[in-house]
Amino acid sequence: MTKRSEIVLAGSGGQGVLLSGTLLAEAAIQEGSNVVQTVSYGIATRGGTSMTEVIIDDDEIVFQQVEKPDVVLAMSPEAMTKYEGRAAEGALVLYDTTLVAERQGENLRGFPFTDTAVKLGNVGLANIVALGFLCGASGILSRERLEAVISERFSEPRRTANLTALRSGADAAAEALARV
Amino acid sequence: MTYATGQQYLKDGVLPHMWCPGCGIGVMLRACLRSFEELGYRNEDTVVVTGIGCTGKLDDYVVTHALHTTHGRALACATGIKAAKDDLHVVVFMGDGDSVTIGGNHFLHAARRNIDLTAIVINNFNFGMTGGQFSGTTFNGAITQTSAYGNPERQLDICALAEVAGANFVARSTPWHVDDLSALITEALSRKGFSLVEVLSPCPTHFGSNNKMKKGTDMLGWLKERTMPVDLYRSKSPAERAGIFPIGKLVDRCEPDFAARYAEVGAKATGN
Amino acid sequence: MKNYASLLQGNEAMAQGALYAGARFYAGYPITPSSEIAQECSKVMPKLGGVYMQMEDEIASMAAIIGASLAGVKSFTATSGPGFSLMQENLGLAIMGEVPCVVIDVQRSGPSTGLATKPAQSDIMQIRWGRHGDQELIALSPSSVGECFSLTVEAFNLAEKLRTPVVVAADEIVAHMRENILIPEPGEVEVFDRRKPTGDPAAYLPFGPAPDGVPPISSYGSDYIMHVSSSMHGPDGYSNNGPDNAARQIARKNSKFEHHRAEIVKTRTYEADDADVLFVTFGTVTRAARAAARTLRESGVRAGVLQLITVWPFAEEAVAEFGGRAKTVVVPEMNYHGQLAGEVKKVLGAGADVRRVNSWNGQIITPRDILRAI
Repeated sequence: MTKRSEIVLAGSGGQGVLLSGTLLAEAAIQEGSNVVQTVSYGIATRGGTSMTEVIIDDDEIVFQQVEKPDVVLAMSPEAMTKYEGRAAEGALVLYDTTLVAERQGENLRGFPFTDTAVKLGNVGLANIVALGFLCGASGILSRERLEAVISERFSEPRRTANLTALRSGADAAAEALARV
Repeated sequence: MTYATGQQYLKDGVLPHMWCPGCGIGVMLRACLRSFEELGYRNEDTVVVTGIGCTGKLDDYVVTHALHTTHGRALACATGIKAAKDDLHVVVFMGDGDSVTIGGNHFLHAARRNIDLTAIVINNFNFGMTGGQFSGTTFNGAITQTSAYGNPERQLDICALAEVAGANFVARSTPWHVDDLSALITEALSRKGFSLVEVLSPCPTHFGSNNKMKKGTDMLGWLKERTMPVDLYRSKSPAERAGIFPIGKLVDRCEPDFAARYAEVGAKATGN
Repeated sequence: MKNYASLLQGNEAMAQGALYAGARFYAGYPITPSSEIAQECSKVMPKLGGVYMQMEDEIASMAAIIGASLAGVKSFTATSGPGFSLMQENLGLAIMGEVPCVVIDVQRSGPSTGLATKPAQSDIMQIRWGRHGDQELIALSPSSVGECFSLTVEAFNLAEKLRTPVVVAADEIVAHMRENILIPEPGEVEVFDRRKPTGDPAAYLPFGPAPDGVPPISSYGSDYIMHVSSSMHGPDGYSNNGPDNAARQIARKNSKFEHHRAEIVKTRTYEADDADVLFVTFGTVTRAARAAARTLRESGVRAGVLQLITVWPFAEEAVAEFGGRAKTVVVPEMNYHGQLAGEVKKVLGAGADVRRVNSWNGQIITPRDILRAI
């Protein structure tokens, strides 16, 4: 039985979902998995929709696109509209309640990623808060592995800021899971 | 001092050359090869780059390294040669078509980069090789094979273009002023950065015959009348300057060339 | 170097492949979706003593890499369809002057600006036939980040071996995709360098006859003086308009590709030997076809894939062999006209069951899209 995860991260251009995907993929490589990250974006660097898919598999990844996501992260109302339905197909859909109206339903889990980032002093860290939440809620990768990847990529003071954001997201996921 | 002939750069058995009687290309080539000799150029270290047109045939007469390129792209090819191997002497020969008509963009950017090339432009005011059609340097009103009722467009000033684009050295001369021409070519070759020598040239076969100057001497006389040493030119009123080409050294600057600036980039990249 | 694989984007992998092959000169004009190649080169080249030049357009970019290569430096450029169109004239010069160099075309959806951030495979015919005159051009097409690296190294090797430009025909998907890849250590993968002239410099003929059609190539600054011309030339490189000479030169310039055909034309098969349904693919779409073939095998249909790693020259032998055995041949490709399907039909004949699966709206072809054609 091989371990395979298909993850979709979607939001607006400038929110950093592509970077979150890259960090996820790098962490998976360190665990010895094969990864494919594909991106889809518009012509604007800021605004517009931005989406990245990450597939993690112990075996060779033949088709490079996600066909049946295990986890979806929706960072904008548009992304939520597009991917909300995946929850019914079994995907865990995580969304940012700062930007997306809260809703109830199986496999839906909201958290204010953007508000949390603002409280940490940098709205630009919402993607990392979300990444921490995603890893905590889905169990796809260990928090330690993601911390290692972040530590490798960023130098101070960004390293500490990103690690704090990741941990706050992961802690929130752990709390949410404990409540369930 | 022995008299420089430039013979060692000239291919055996190619004379008489292909250019029309009265054409300025032969005079320019001779001046240029003599300058090579005066500067001690080795054939092995010299690359002659040409475009397309009458001037573009020039590489067939030399025994240095050579690249005969596509129309208008001589400077872009030469840029690659020089940027890859800075110790070469890269000399680019173009006509008015190559340099500022089809190749105008490359001309602007070679001058802007101030890449260490010497560009020698034969401007004979029309496309000679294809039979005498108007080019970007043909005067308004001139008769050519594609402007039977007079050229509706205006001519481009090649030297002014090189100046505003950032060339280190810009000069203009004619085959009538052959000694000045030789001296200017020698100076252009010895300067760092982008150097341009515009050689106003007779084309009695096409431009001349279409514009009441059938003989080479007619056109030479016309060039003599239409030119003026730059110092004198600058003392004249705008009305007196009309229709006159200033000749001599027009721009003389010592800005760092592309290689010098790229070396700074390399030093930053490697932390040296 | 890290002891685990790194996550690399296709564009970065192509840049790394070029550097691995020894390229030390890049000239280009940024264009989506190839720009990361320029960006990577602008960072790395100055560190390696190489040159990154941002030219005024793609015409100049192609010209500059020709000049640099003739000065003895392995050179390349990268672009997308519109820029590739601008390079066509000087690609003709590189073919005529027999100048080794590599051009990466990251295909996007067109025509013109089109869907500039979306993938396509619609440049295949312009790569092969977009130029003037009688000429041959090699094109390799990667389907993964790993192939982005390895095929770029291979493109340089073929360029150097045959004294010819080689195209890497990538697409937006593979160019922007990230995968884990282990970059080989220096020496691990063969890197071929151009054959240089020997003997008496005065007797050197840059366009003379050679057993495999490839004369040795000098470089500017060498004692072996080299005259290179866009005009028809004799063995010495000087203008020669004689019909016999022209016939010999054009025949020799094209014969190189016949002599080296076995090294040039590469394919890969996936369960194609007994395939009743054969997918003929190139580039990223190969992956969707492999997934579709696997699904068919699971349901008892003998399906397989023939991947054309080399798109040009066309792998007629492999298409005839595997396509001839199959009952149905399916050609999925991201273009409207079925550019590859036309070539497959040409080989298999009018009677063969050759089906097309095309996408031209910038959307990726999925295994489901392909299965629908069966």
